[in-house]
Amino acid sequence: MSYIGSSVKRVEDKRFITGQGRYTDDIVLPQMTYACMVRSPHAHAEIVSVDIAHAEKMDGVVKIFTGKDTDAAGIGGVPCGWQVDFKNGDTMKEPPHPLLVSDKARHVGDAIAMVIADTYAQAKDAAEMVTVEYNVLPAVTNSKVARADGAPQVHADVPNNLAFDWELGNPRAEVDAAIAGAHHVTTLEFINQRVICNAIEPRSAIGHFDTAYDKYTLYTSTQNPHLIRLLLCAFVLGLPEHKVRVVGPDVGGGFGSKIFHYTEEALVVWGSNQIKRPIKWTAERSESFVTDAAGRDHITTAKMAFDKDGNILALSADTLANMGAYLSTFAPAVPTWLHGTLLQGLYTTPLINVSIDAVFTNTTAVDAYRGAGRPEATYLLERLMDTAALEMGRDPAELRLQNFIEPFDGVEEEGYVTQVALQYDSGNYGPVLKRGLEMVGYEQFRADQKAAEGTGKLLGIGFSTYIEACGIAPSAVVGALGARAGLFESAQVQVHPTGKVSVFSGSHSHGQGHETSFAQVVADKMGIPMEDVEIIHGDSDAVAFGMGTYGSRSLAVGGSAIVKSIEKVLEKGAKIAAHLLEASVDDLDYAEGKWTVRGTDKSVGFGDVSLTAYVPHNYPEGLEPGLDFSSFYDPANFTYPFGCHICIVEIDKETGVVKVKRFIAVDDVGNVINPMIVDGQIHGGLAQGIGQAFCEGAVYDESGQLVNGTYMDYVMPRADDLPSFEIDRTVTPCPHNPLGVKGAGEAGTIGSTPAVVNAVMDALKGYGIHDVEMPVTSQKVWNIIHG
Amino acid sequence: MKVPVSITVNGKQYDKMVEPRMLLVYFIREELALTGTHIGCDTSSCGACTVHLDGKALKSCSMLAVQASGKSVTTIEGMASGENLHPLQEGFHMEHGLQCGFCTPGMIMCAADMLKNNPNPTEEEIRHGLEGNFCRCTGYHNIVKSIQYAANKMQESA
Repeated sequence: MSYIGSSVKRVEDKRFITGQGRYTDDIVLPQMTYACMVRSPHAHAEIVSVDIAHAEKMDGVVKIFTGKDTDAAGIGGVPCGWQVDFKNGDTMKEPPHPLLVSDKARHVGDAIAMVIADTYAQAKDAAEMVTVEYNVLPAVTNSKVARADGAPQVHADVPNNLAFDWELGNPRAEVDAAIAGAHHVTTLEFINQRVICNAIEPRSAIGHFDTAYDKYTLYTSTQNPHLIRLLLCAFVLGLPEHKVRVVGPDVGGGFGSKIFHYTEEALVVWGSNQIKRPIKWTAERSESFVTDAAGRDHITTAKMAFDKDGNILALSADTLANMGAYLSTFAPAVPTWLHGTLLQGLYTTPLINVSIDAVFTNTTAVDAYRGAGRPEATYLLERLMDTAALEMGRDPAELRLQNFIEPFDGVEEEGYVTQVALQYDSGNYGPVLKRGLEMVGYEQFRADQKAAEGTGKLLGIGFSTYIEACGIAPSAVVGALGARAGLFESAQVQVHPTGKVSVFSGSHSHGQGHETSFAQVVADKMGIPMEDVEIIHGDSDAVAFGMGTYGSRSLAVGGSAIVKSIEKVLEKGAKIAAHLLEASVDDLDYAEGKWTVRGTDKSVGFGDVSLTAYVPHNYPEGLEPGLDFSSFYDPANFTYPFGCHICIVEIDKETGVVKVKRFIAVDDVGNVINPMIVDGQIHGGLAQGIGQAFCEGAVYDESGQLVNGTYMDYVMPRADDLPSFEIDRTVTPCPHNPLGVKGAGEAGTIGSTPAVVNAVMDALKGYGIHDVEMPVTSQKVWNIIHG
Repeated sequence: MKVPVSITVNGKQYDKMVEPRMLLVYFIREELALTGTHIGCDTSSCGACTVHLDGKALKSCSMLAVQASGKSVTTIEGMASGENLHPLQEGFHMEHGLQCGFCTPGMIMCAADMLKNNPNPTEEEIRHGLEGNFCRCTGYHNIVKSIQYAANKMQESA
């Protein structure tokens, strides 16, 4: 029996296809109240006064809290979980992020009051009657403008809005000298625009203080319940951790935006003890747009230098990273340790220097969005590569192949040490590109492209070959880089007396299918049917500890923790089996759910051993009863998936409409447990990455309003905007985790964006342009063609 | 002030007093506790709240409960007959047409109406037919396959 490697249908599907999923907003508790936030309509404004007198007398209103109340309670605000200090060693600027602001609103959507009523309609009615007097200040939303002298100051004690600056790689002077002396230099100045994560389930949180047990429960649409509990208890509310339960029930997509600890979570927990009733808050979509941490938002200048043969000599990159108004939970890590460190890409570039300025603006916070830093790094490198190929008259695929790092398996050959602080685990980069070229039919495409000349259509092809750092992350390493948490994972494998198995995982599944893929691993490793395995996650009262799901870490880190616990179960099981078989442990083999004395037909099944562990009448002396083990797994390194994405676009010259005609993705995510699920992860990632390239992007006006903050205005890919994807994979196992897996959640997003833009640039190469800004809308393309 | 409504949902008639401003989706979710119908936006753009009203797909956030009085609503909870899944439910399972599951009920309800009008749609017709429904997880690739699976199955048994 082998579940690993087969496309087992998902066990979690049944509840979702029958309407029985249980998301936070579906939960109703006795005596529950509903909260509506009063939010600033201004991007930057002093709060002169807040008048709740009329609102608090309205029908159904239970209580209204303002910033004065949270200030009086001494609540400091939500913390940042990652510290990146200035180049000169000064501590990063970390202004407080209050639950309710009392002095100044710093972005549209900053919460000023929480109105609690018996129904949501009543809370919303009353929220509209809270009168706030503002002194509106000039706002700044663009990180370049924010850095200029005389720009509005988001925080009084953060000069020039600089949260921190940061640098990595070879000395800048050395890199600049290599660039200055190079045969060819490709320079790009571009914006990697802000995108909104837009999980289809809006964020929701229910706080419940149970007076019978003096215990708090928070139900929240989160990717990592235990981390939320830790932050709530240790940093925000000062609650005893053992008296707080955090549940992340079914969660309707995260994509990064539900990693972070949000103010509303703390507010409903704190408020529920004040009013001694549960409080539910669920974001309306327009609220999500202005309060969910967004992604990307980089302004970059990058240079790549080549010798006369097309070998890369050096790379420099300077990026302004927009942090928004506050530092969200992992925000400082995204443009730095998750972006700067990836600028080696798949190439042998001998000299690299990257410099980052992290900047406050009057916008919603920016943090990890699917890929988190790695898509920005890939965009930077891969736009440079296609641009350089065009400028030098080289074929973009050949130019890449020429500069790829040689294959290494991380076992016989050492991992590849980059110029930017990483050691890649294993890699074999040529085959993904070669396979991509085969799938696309490269020569035929170039013929088709030529044949299309003179018609109303333009065809273009774009490449992207990427690497990502996943399986986040070795605790000691990230600790040295400023993380204020460990990034291990934990898992408990509990064998019941009947031989059934409950697995408690600290990873959280919100679409990734852990209840299936983890069960495949457990069933295979233990030699029992999948039906005998249940994966439990998302409840801090059930799962002892966890670090959650992000950074394509669940299988590589969480799965490895499960494997460790299984090994302990089987080791103890062998002792019990040896006793029952009157044999030595060394003489036993375990396969297909039973221990057999080697060379005989004497065996005992897993079920009998399980029962014996709990009914230890005939039992090894000195051995504890029970069969139940927990493990913590701290990875030895990141994992490094890689791949090749190729996009073909067709542009209608008359309208400028860009159609993604074909999209080919060849990814290497290491070993694969469930191909169907991995394919699904790739598909979804591609849609998000392609979406950023041709339609998505937050647009702010000068006053700091998000002008496209609804689904009517913010363009996300719909079914008829996308083709069916053509995907394949190569397999280069990860050498340092027991499953050999690398992670598949982010690959699609990380690789795809530049492939689309490169394809558009290829199609438009006769029009004398050097770059096109994302999103590549038909209007922009029409202007290039007809302008 | 509340007003009476009488709405048949999944074959059962419900007589309730509701606020006139209550949207049909809140009636379904809060008055009837049928939480398979989801709310993903506030502009009738996402399709997560799609149900059938007198047999036709409708975004239940775009109609008041009082407007549905006297009419018949089917939600995702009414799609299976006992243990027998609707071919679309089966299709979404078999073709991995869902990940987080949040858009899934709306997708299934939308697709059911689509297949009623066009039992054998092309890929392009399926994609066009889904343009009122957002999915952020699947890239739509396997949703298209799920609907094709159901279309084939329904044709076989027709």
